[in-house]
Amino acid sequence: MQGLAWSLSLVLMAGVALIFLRVVAGASQPGGDAGTIAAAGYRWRDRLFWVVIVAGVAISFATLRKWPIPGHAAAAATPDVIVRAVGHQWRWELDRDTVRPGELVEFEVTSADVNHGFAIYRPEKSRILAQAQAMPGYTNKLQVRFDEPGDYEVLCLEYCGLAHHAMRAVIKVRADS
Amino acid sequence: MNTTTQPSPDTSTARLAFQLYAAIGIAVFLLMMVGGATLRATQAAWMPLAPNFAYQLLTLHGAGMVGTAGLAGAAVMWYFLRRHVPLSTGMFLAMLGLSLVGVVMILAAIGLGGYAGAWTFLYPLPAKGMVWGVHAAAGFAGGLVLIGVGFLLFYLDCALALLKRYGSLWRALGLNQLFGSGPLDKSHPPTVVASTMVIIVNVLGILAGAVVLIMTLVNLYLPSVTFDPLLMKNLIFFFGHVFINATIYMAVIGVYEILPRYTGRPWTISRPFLAAWLAITLMVMAVYPHHLLMDYVLPKWMTVTGQVLSYCSGIPVLLVTAIGTLVNIHRSGIKWDLPSRLLVFSIFGWSAGVIPAVIDGVVRVNLVMHNTLWVPGHFHFYLLLGLLPMLLGTLFWACTRSGWKESALDRAAFWTYGVAGTGFCLAFLFGGMHSVPRRFAVYDPAWIGIAQVGTVAATLVLAAAVILGLRLLTRLPRASLTA
Repeated sequence: MQGLAWSLSLVLMAGVALIFLRVVAGASQPGGDAGTIAAAGYRWRDRLFWVVIVAGVAISFATLRKWPIPGHAAAAATPDVIVRAVGHQWRWELDRDTVRPGELVEFEVTSADVNHGFAIYRPEKSRILAQAQAMPGYTNKLQVRFDEPGDYEVLCLEYCGLAHHAMRAVIKVRADS
Repeated sequence: MNTTTQPSPDTSTARLAFQLYAAIGIAVFLLMMVGGATLRATQAAWMPLAPNFAYQLLTLHGAGMVGTAGLAGAAVMWYFLRRHVPLSTGMFLAMLGLSLVGVVMILAAIGLGGYAGAWTFLYPLPAKGMVWGVHAAAGFAGGLVLIGVGFLLFYLDCALALLKRYGSLWRALGLNQLFGSGPLDKSHPPTVVASTMVIIVNVLGILAGAVVLIMTLVNLYLPSVTFDPLLMKNLIFFFGHVFINATIYMAVIGVYEILPRYTGRPWTISRPFLAAWLAITLMVMAVYPHHLLMDYVLPKWMTVTGQVLSYCSGIPVLLVTAIGTLVNIHRSGIKWDLPSRLLVFSIFGWSAGVIPAVIDGVVRVNLVMHNTLWVPGHFHFYLLLGLLPMLLGTLFWACTRSGWKESALDRAAFWTYGVAGTGFCLAFLFGGMHSVPRRFAVYDPAWIGIAQVGTVAATLVLAAAVILGLRLLTRLPRASLTA
């Protein structure tokens, strides 16, 4: 997902840049009839408007038809394991830190003090697997299926004070647990 | 462009007021850029800054940049709106005076009190910082309240002037024309439309901010009085989102007013233009739940609203202002100089920056991108490469009168700013793709390389901004309110 977001952003931003560069390159040449240029430009604008609207409807339908947050869908799957995760300045309290690969784990995420962000990183720690906010007085449910064994680090992603960067925990995914 | 009379008197006090805004704005922007570059160098392990100082600097950088962006944007709005309706110089100066008192309080809270709760003061962190005291947090919140009061006074003055001239905000926003069947009054200034939108949304935004700041102050001194954290979060993000967006919508007035003077093609209202500004007015206020997509206890309709409106919010920018700019300059014989380059570049920065922001607004993407460097990546894109060039371009133009004498240094500074600024923002976005967290004072070894690239780019941006800032300050005595 992260790679797709990056590639799509780059392509679209490059497209915007090219359009600007092309117009800017010829902007200092006089002689363009303002009325003709405006009519042509606004024809493109009107077409683009409908393209963007149709794309928006398609994207919204594709990404929201199935509720994107596992655990909060109307028909959420029954988890194999429930782990309560409580954020404290500056540590995570997990009532269980070892699960099996393939199990559907539901994290009940909350906080004992301020807002925290409960983010699970894949073992190589180059990508977030999933996250939820940890808020005092509320419990966010986050369902995750860990396919690969390994140590999944939990980082806090909501700024919570001076040791925010050090607020970490590890979820061990072990076949023999 | 649309009026030939000057309803507000061009007094020496008014000119001095504008010069003060410009000078203070440039100075604070540069200082905050030094702070931002220092933070990036700390993350790059090139600066031995202790985490507590880094987080204090983070708080200062955020509050300073957002506040200055607001003041400088308001200065652009005042500069042009006073050509259409009479505005008070006293109220304009009152906003600056209250803001400066607020800034002193914020500086004291951070520098003396050690406050490091970030500019977003997410409840209940101000009261539970563990390190800073109650008075430090209260000083920060109180400073923000004073700044907010200053803005409210300014907007009140603008609203009264618009009401006196147009009879209602509905008419000032051009809605009588949008929904009317008659021909459009093309002399209705885009500046008035944009200013009305900003007044509506930012008065409501600042009032929400004031409410949550007062609640924060109550909680600080009466800890037994607590509030719902989810409600507080909603209020804070409503205020923060509206306020920072309003800065761009104030600054874009400079593009609407100045570019036509270069191209000889007036920027007049049209039905799509009025519809876009109505849509922006509503969406800027309704879209803030896209900051709360990871708060799963939020009602689902709010999450859906956040995603859908996040996408829709980009449409008016791209289709009306960006295409309007391109149509205005295309084969127009425009004379490229520093102000015109900066203004056109700013629309590119804004348009391009909207793209990663919209992508982040998709819940499935937000699930893995929220609070990573992707977020400062997209907001630096449209603030550093959109808002700031917009402000600089307008200020340069106000100091130019009969044309800017562009030097090789100007061109070098402009291109360095643009290219290095793009690199700086892309380094953030690249970090977001690799899930590097935002707001971390200490980086894991795997993330340091990305921060080092960002630091080099930030240093180049800073160098270019210093050149541009000094060039502007030396020309500031020539600033004219009737340029």
